[in-house]
Amino acid sequence: MNDDTRTVIRRVLREHARLPVDVDTLGDDADLFAAGMTSHASVNLMLALEDAFDIEFPDRMLTRGVFDSVSAIAAAITELSGDGEPSAAGGGT
Amino acid sequence: MGEVRQATADQAAFRDELIQHGLFIASGVPGLYGRGATFEDIRNRVDARITAAAQAEAPESMRFPPLLPRKQIESIGYLHSFPHLAGSVFAFEGGEDEALLQSERADRHEDWSEFQRMTELALVPAACYPVYPAVAARGPLPVGGVVVDAGGAWVFRHEPSEDPARLQMFHQREIVRLGAPEEVRTWRDDWSERGLALLQSLGLDAERDRATDPFFGRGGRMLAANQRSQELKLELLVAIAGDEPTAVASFNYHQDHFAAIYGLAQHDGDVAHTACLGFGQERIVLALLRTHGVDPPSWPAEVRRELWGA
Repeated sequence: MNDDTRTVIRRVLREHARLPVDVDTLGDDADLFAAGMTSHASVNLMLALEDAFDIEFPDRMLTRGVFDSVSAIAAAITELSGDGEPSAAGGGT
Repeated sequence: MGEVRQATADQAAFRDELIQHGLFIASGVPGLYGRGATFEDIRNRVDARITAAAQAEAPESMRFPPLLPRKQIESIGYLHSFPHLAGSVFAFEGGEDEALLQSERADRHEDWSEFQRMTELALVPAACYPVYPAVAARGPLPVGGVVVDAGGAWVFRHEPSEDPARLQMFHQREIVRLGAPEEVRTWRDDWSERGLALLQSLGLDAERDRATDPFFGRGGRMLAANQRSQELKLELLVAIAGDEPTAVASFNYHQDHFAAIYGLAQHDGDVAHTACLGFGQERIVLALLRTHGVDPPSWPAEVRRELWGA
């Protein structure tokens, strides 16, 4: 877990979550669904995060709670990639 | 062409029995059948029972053709959720030469799709879809919201199967509720009880359960998990044929999904919520035929009374 992970998450959010507000106005713990993210947009977000971090969310993580804030997403990515680095940094097991 | 889902031995035997008794008329394509007079009589009686159950609400009646403007199926995100089930209408575009080539290939039953172009039309996959833009176009909802009876409309799902209970085109009797979040959710929950009682009054061993839509792919698993955890979809299930009970009705709370797309507002300007219920009419008829036998005159007297009133 580090600042880079959150920066990349925020970039992916900006490009794929179709939020009606600027993602930079939201804190790390702000509820993204309450901020206007739709279920369909959360699917696009999930797929884009997999590309950005070169990970695959297992079925047990394909739930609303895993994607409902920057912090929640960061925690899931940390769990999946070990060190939470974006794929360019070689996140392994 | 989609892969055809095979039937269990039980399902295949039931399908053959339906065809043998003239209840279903085979077309040669899995999931596409004509209906004989007896089948249609039962279906119309079931439809009338649903009408009677809805009467107290005095729903506004609307009827739509089984085609939808393509833009609507695009706007509601159907191609995100169910790309595998959608059907869109393509039609010929070309001159004399293309028409000749197309007809020659068609004569040989070869692929002639290269001469076809997308039209403005898609097949209706759920009978409630035309209702939301129609109601939204009137402006804000009246106090207390609106109930719309969309009738028993033909709907299409591209899922060819040898299971007689999985049809590609069938009648869905839909009723739609638009209003304040609490009243819409309560309506949905109440109707799931009323629907269960209705099926039980026809002698069907029905049960109610939380359910999910058959969303496509991995993203679909996420949509399904959300739908289940929020109890957005309830189904009534009856054993027809095969190993699993079959869903014969569903009760769906959409929250603000359709309202956000079409700008549906309550009387005070707050966003409206919507819910719909759908009875799968053919599946209910099949459940009746399976439960009580393929000869309606020999059905239990109380079931006959419920449907035919005598």
